[in-house]
Amino acid sequence: MNNAIKDLLFRLADDELVLGHRNSEWTGLGPILEEDIAFSSIAQDQIGHAVANYTLLHESAAADEPLPDAIAFGRNEKQFFSSQFTELPIGDYAFSLIRHFLFDHAEMLRYELLTASSFAPLAALARKIKGELKYHVLHADLWVSKLGQGTEESRARMQTALNEAWPYALGMFEPSDYEAELVTNGIFSGEEGLQESWLEVVAPIIEKAGLTIPQASEPKYGGRHGYHTEHLQPLLDEMTEVYRLDPAAIW
Amino acid sequence: MTESLDPRIRRADLEASPASSGLKQNEHWETYAIFHQDKRGAAHEFVGIVHAPDPELALVFAKEQFGRRKKTVNLWAVRSSDIYTFQHEDDDMFSTVPDKNYREASGYPVRKRINKYLFDQKEEEASKA
Repeated sequence: MNNAIKDLLFRLADDELVLGHRNSEWTGLGPILEEDIAFSSIAQDQIGHAVANYTLLHESAAADEPLPDAIAFGRNEKQFFSSQFTELPIGDYAFSLIRHFLFDHAEMLRYELLTASSFAPLAALARKIKGELKYHVLHADLWVSKLGQGTEESRARMQTALNEAWPYALGMFEPSDYEAELVTNGIFSGEEGLQESWLEVVAPIIEKAGLTIPQASEPKYGGRHGYHTEHLQPLLDEMTEVYRLDPAAIW
Repeated sequence: MTESLDPRIRRADLEASPASSGLKQNEHWETYAIFHQDKRGAAHEFVGIVHAPDPELALVFAKEQFGRRKKTVNLWAVRSSDIYTFQHEDDDMFSTVPDKNYREASGYPVRKRINKYLFDQKEEEASKA
């Protein structure tokens, strides 16, 4: 069961770390000061969620796992279990917003399910960050609705972003090798059910915003098993640049 | 143009990116006045403004601008143009206020009478004992 929990925590944490880092690329470059601050703050929340999960890995799940910094900065792409969706470049702001919308709705539902987890430290974490996720979703929903119904250009850019993002978004729900074990032990109720409730939540918002969910497309799987696009390793190189100068440095 | 050392700036390719926000130079979104409440029942206090396209986003922006570092239970966003205000050139309406010290409670000299009352009380108790 230990391996199942470790796998789950790696997936949760790596998603948040990689996307948190991606979203932070907008810091200082956001479309307007207020939005720059809000989006940067959301990115910071995500890094915080990653730290919390790496800490659980180190403290509660497996004594042999190193400290959060070493887990975050000491691995190569093959050892990352984030979905490919999170590592894609930020694109234009429409793409970053659409990804934020699709990702944070999944996070909100995922952590909602985890509040009932039999792995108590994770259930406690899920309860703690509920309010932050609520804000992320509020922010995302407003932008999707406004830009979907804004000008012809804003609608077209959001639709293009949605078309690009969709197969990768479905990839977030790639089943893990420990799916059955997690379900049987009441740790997490599984990706399949999560994807269904996610679709029920995002579909009406997308429709109301005047956007269309793309025709059925193959989900981009692989990330959960360490197979990534060409975009992850350059991100890791940049993120770990300072750490690698002196991994033992005290901050 | 000198290349920036910041990888984010290099990626942004600022010279190539079109300025297609739809806003002209010096044209901005409206401002909203933000009022911050630190506990239930306390008064909301004005803390600053945000630029936003509508009241909903004004609140969302205010949450990070003004609710991020201190204790917050609620915020108000009020369209700045909805706030009625005096003109600064009319501040002479307030200019004689500092002269009207008879409106202050300190205009009533009661301290002496209180002290006399306390003294009398003491005397009375002393005579009883």
